[in-house]
Amino acid sequence: MYLKARKIKDRISGGWVQLVLVFVFVLPLGILASLLYKSWLIMQTTGIGDLLFSSVWRPLAGEFGFFPFIISSIWVTILGLLITAPICLFTAIYLTYYGSNRLSVFMRPVIDILAGIPSVIYGVWGVLIIIPFTGRFLAPLFGYESTGFSIMAGGLVLAIMLIPFILNILIEIFRTVPVEQYEASLSLGATQWESIKHVVVRRSFPGIVSAFALGLSRAFGETIAVLMVVGNVVGVPENLFQPGYPLPALIANNYGEMLSIPMFDSALMFAALILLVVVVFFNLLSRFVIIYLEKRQ
Amino acid sequence: MMRRIFKIIEERFFYGLMLASTAFLVALLLFIVLIILYKGLPSLSWEMVSQTPKGGYYFGREGGLLNAIIGSLYLATGAVVIGLFISLPLSLAMNVYFRNNKKLVNAIRFVLDLLWGIPSIVYGAFGFTIMIYLGIKTSLLAGIITVSIFILPIMVRAMDEIMKQVPLTLLESAFSLGSTNTEVAFKVVARQCFPGIVTGVLLAFGRGIGDVAAVLFTTGYTDNIPTSLMDQTATLPLAVFFQLGSPIPEVQSRAYAAALILTVIILLISVVTRFLSRRYYKTSIK
Amino acid sequence: MNQPIISIKNLNLYFGKQHVLKNVNIEIPQNKVTVILGPSGCGKTSLLKTMNRLVDLHENVKISGQVFLDNEDILKDNVDITRIRKKMGLLSQKPSPLPMTIFNNVAYGMRINGIKRKRKLRPLVQKHLIEANLWDEVKDRMNDPASRLSIGQQQRLCLARGLAVNPEIILADEPTSALDPLSSTIIEKQFVELKRDYTIVLVTHVLRQARRIADYIVFMYLGEVIEQGPANEFFENPREEKTKAYLKGAFN
Ligand SMILES: Nc1ncnc2c1ncn2[C@@H]1O[C@H](COP(=O)(O)OP(=O)(O)OP(=O)(O)O)[C@@H](O)[C@H]1O
Ligand SMILES: [Mg+2]
Repeated sequence: MYLKARKIKDRISGGWVQLVLVFVFVLPLGILASLLYKSWLIMQTTGIGDLLFSSVWRPLAGEFGFFPFIISSIWVTILGLLITAPICLFTAIYLTYYGSNRLSVFMRPVIDILAGIPSVIYGVWGVLIIIPFTGRFLAPLFGYESTGFSIMAGGLVLAIMLIPFILNILIEIFRTVPVEQYEASLSLGATQWESIKHVVVRRSFPGIVSAFALGLSRAFGETIAVLMVVGNVVGVPENLFQPGYPLPALIANNYGEMLSIPMFDSALMFAALILLVVVVFFNLLSRFVIIYLEKRQ
Repeated sequence: MMRRIFKIIEERFFYGLMLASTAFLVALLLFIVLIILYKGLPSLSWEMVSQTPKGGYYFGREGGLLNAIIGSLYLATGAVVIGLFISLPLSLAMNVYFRNNKKLVNAIRFVLDLLWGIPSIVYGAFGFTIMIYLGIKTSLLAGIITVSIFILPIMVRAMDEIMKQVPLTLLESAFSLGSTNTEVAFKVVARQCFPGIVTGVLLAFGRGIGDVAAVLFTTGYTDNIPTSLMDQTATLPLAVFFQLGSPIPEVQSRAYAAALILTVIILLISVVTRFLSRRYYKTSIK
Repeated sequence: MNQPIISIKNLNLYFGKQHVLKNVNIEIPQNKVTVILGPSGCGKTSLLKTMNRLVDLHENVKISGQVFLDNEDILKDNVDITRIRKKMGLLSQKPSPLPMTIFNNVAYGMRINGIKRKRKLRPLVQKHLIEANLWDEVKDRMNDPASRLSIGQQQRLCLARGLAVNPEIILADEPTSALDPLSSTIIEKQFVELKRDYTIVLVTHVLRQARRIADYIVFMYLGEVIEQGPANEFFENPREEKTKAYLKGAFN
């Protein structure tokens, strides 16, 4: 009797486990399918080429050109990544190769908390600090006029949000470099920095690339913080101090009107689809970069 | 000689940069927290945390954020509970039930990595289409479901990390005593990894409570505290987001108060997580 | 005995509270193979790493005493560590080729030290690969990643890489423990060859290996030097009880 009960318990929970497994494999397909399904209409009527490369954005007239949004997204992402890259690299190297254990123990929670701060808080902070900084200081410095709400502000806020994300991956990667190689380089008379440059960085190169690819895909989808500082003006920005309107912001700002304008919901789902495709692409890329480059080493 | 001097300069230069960026990180955290405190503290009052918005609230009259606080707690708790029902079996599947099927386990990890990378706004959009499809209105329930899907990979990752470390010998000895898969999973592994599971839950709770993009489409927004799953609900991040956009300074300052409350919640979670994992690493055998 | 190339005076080393090297005094003769013997954990690796100051990388290290190399105390704060390290090639237990091609592995040290031209590098790389008895095996695959070599070849590559910076001393920490017997023999033979031009300090667990190639022996136990002297004396007439026990295999 007792044995039977155990068996039944095992059955039931085993069944649930299998169900969950199926769910996990179906979920990504479901997301893709639902976005495809919803954006099918607009892809049919406007054509993917026009959607991606037209700059005419007049939802009321049924014209949906995503080019300005795509460009804004690309600008903000690249800018954020460029600003964050050196900070992450230097900090990761410092913490793994120069700093004391005590410093690592101290920095762990600092990084974790930075990673845990919700993006809306970064947004508030960006509005309070980054906006005036960009508008009153950076823009004049480069000879532009700007309210502060700009691609630059978006890039800066993004850069700061990316730091803990990328830094954590990088530290992990540098930890896996064998000490023996580092020591070997040192005992050939190389300085610490030379050893890091030629051995550590080189050896972790695939990892570094993939960390930044992951960061890129994270940056591309970041919504609220960027939305709050980027200005949200439709148009192809001519310089970094003009406002932009990235894809996630477009979706987030217009969900309200989505159902009241014909095709608009389809258009926004198309934007989500672009996000999904780009993000998944870079995630896969980061995976393959690691596999490919590691084979070559 | 020149070369040596150049080398020393290079070494010093990069050392300086490294030191600077590390210091920058610490300064940054302090700066963010201090600004939120500085802006939020003056507008934080008992009224803020104990009352829902009253008439004229959005023109600066009385009322507080209780609707958003409670809404956020409901939302994150609900999402974590649902998430637990999926993530725990899933991580147990990877580490107990199917641990010998490397291909399957790798495939699961791969899919989870993919899901982990998908931005929350896409989950929001997905949740929205599902909502429409099922004919549910914007509600606490819709938000809970969306957020639970969004935090799923976060929870599984945290649990999987811990369960991977359960020594094989422990599993083997449990199996050799004639335990079923389920018994090993829930009595041995889940118990052994309990602090890790809690950590994963807290992490996911923090993510869930802080996210805007996933709930923007699905929860709606209301001044009332939800009384059923089908009610709309406010959340703290949404309260920050909406009120910051207001031109009225009193309303804006409430955005700061909401931001402060949210930050405090996140910091609390972080402290508890740290405390738990420290205890855990002390007691578990490496 | 001729003038020692390294003399270690009253060396003490602490990792935190742990006293790892206790009042160590050693004289290492020039152009000889000095073998450091001792049971596991007695501080052999630590001793080597003190000599080329790789211990600096660790935290909470306390060192006192002196290590003279060419009459210069290398433990002083103001010495140029990179110059000291260059004088001593290090061969570790597990071969650790750098993550680059075979050619670049050997060229690495020379490039660091300012020889940049490929035209100049090529003959030097060849010379050192020959010195390490590896040239014939790799001459057609100089641009392969070093990690594709066999373990034994990798270790000889590391030797060539170390020789390329013209060290005076080769510090070898159980260099053959990861190798098959054949590769070990090759390395051993190479050491005997090399002692004409270099001084070799070898840490090993293999007594037979020590018998085969050692000229001078240092025997350590729990951080202390128990006995040191010319190899034949050491093996024929060990003075200390501990040494006798060790030679009988009591600690293994
Ligand atoms: N980085 C370190 N921190 C703390 N203690 C250390 C460190 N490195 C070595 N030790 C300790 O110093 C002592 C000597 O270690 P060492 O590696 O020098 O021994 P060894 O003679 O080389 O041993 P083996 O033959 O096993 O290689 C050991 O007790 C070891 O635990
Ligand atoms: Mg050793």
